[in-house]
Amino acid sequence: MKPAPFDYVVPDTVEEALEHLDRGAGDATILAGGQTLLPLLALRMSTPGVIIDINRIPALQGISFGGGATRIAPVTRQNAALGNGDLAAALPMLTTAIAHVGHFQTRNRGTVGGSISLGEPAAELPAAAVALGAEIEARSLNGERRIPAEEFYIGPYASVLEMDELVTAIHFPDWAPGSITVFHEVARRPGDFALVGLVGALTLEQGRIARAGLAWFGMGPTPMKAAQAEAALIGQTPAQVDWKAVADLAVSETDPFDDHSADADYRRNVGRSIFARTLAEALDQGAMA
Amino acid sequence: MSDHAITLTVNGRQYTEQVEARMTLGDFLREKLGQTGLHLACEHGVCGACTIVVDGLAVRSCLMFAVQADGTEITTVEGVAAADGTLNPVQQAMRECHALQCGFCTPGVVMTLTSLTTGENEPSEEALLKAMSGHLCRCTGYQGIRKAIKQLTAGEAA
Repeated sequence: MKPAPFDYVVPDTVEEALEHLDRGAGDATILAGGQTLLPLLALRMSTPGVIIDINRIPALQGISFGGGATRIAPVTRQNAALGNGDLAAALPMLTTAIAHVGHFQTRNRGTVGGSISLGEPAAELPAAAVALGAEIEARSLNGERRIPAEEFYIGPYASVLEMDELVTAIHFPDWAPGSITVFHEVARRPGDFALVGLVGALTLEQGRIARAGLAWFGMGPTPMKAAQAEAALIGQTPAQVDWKAVADLAVSETDPFDDHSADADYRRNVGRSIFARTLAEALDQGAMA
Repeated sequence: MSDHAITLTVNGRQYTEQVEARMTLGDFLREKLGQTGLHLACEHGVCGACTIVVDGLAVRSCLMFAVQADGTEITTVEGVAAADGTLNPVQQAMRECHALQCGFCTPGVVMTLTSLTTGENEPSEEALLKAMSGHLCRCTGYQGIRKAIKQLTAGEAA
């Protein structure tokens, strides 16, 4: 339970971090909050030669608003994001998801960007990024690009991020005021990874669902976007929706796995029942608000 | 495999030490500074026994490297009671409510509750109970801890 030896560097600027990444040539790992990385190192599931600690780069912390989106710098602590009233007003669905990440003590160190970059398939924030249509900004010495979260994840803890790229921001598009938060997580204890989770948002216009962003976590090798279910909901009034049919459609888009906590069939069954219940309840509350 | 010099303040005293990069903060505090009140158990962030306060925030000392603590101010369970041995309010409440059995998880519980009830903070009973989801007690002595939290928050409100 002790990490293998490595070299440690602590750059002051993004440019310096990118140079270290480039020089590391695939043997370097980024350390942000460390709440996922340190267990991986302790269990020796990860044995990098170089660790680049980005905690002392001021440009990688903070939240800003404007231009139709919320920009969250990656090393923003999860508890700092939770304490940001402007974020809670702009994206209450994201705040709800962050409140379910790990425990109070791990959220004091854990970062928004760390969780989103690593892509644990049962984690809340990668799925929230996919559901809400976020874009992940990545930089290398060769330039900068933006990757839609939906295209970012390719497997458990695997993404399209290149070895020399650093996540420098996550951009969440605005959701109209009054948009409805969708969130439900089934876990063995509060703070554990989800067995099954659903996160997202709905926007109503004149009583009809005008926009829907929904994704599963714990239901496949990556966050799973419920794209067909989203499409099926658009244009409907909540009373019209055939919840059983949409829930079946949403679960058909997942690829759940067996593990020591639950098998894939259990996950599908739970998914079907929480999908219909969570959306119907969220819409009820949205209609009353 | 790099070594680094770090300077940090632990329980009000300043230390400068040389550490190997891979040494966790928990191991450093126990092995180099002798703060053995800090208990390490799972060493991967699950159990909460090793919780300490770094710059005012409760964190897992097994999920930080010692080198990252350069320049920080740290409190461990050794640093919460007064110099004459008077217990802090959290320790006192836990003592009165029998909130420990074997005592292994206790230092972590004390540090989380101390961080949340120090200074201006007047957290609700619910907030403290929620923060307790980050601690495992293998004796399952949770009822005593709940009682201590009730007593602590009743005191705050009075």
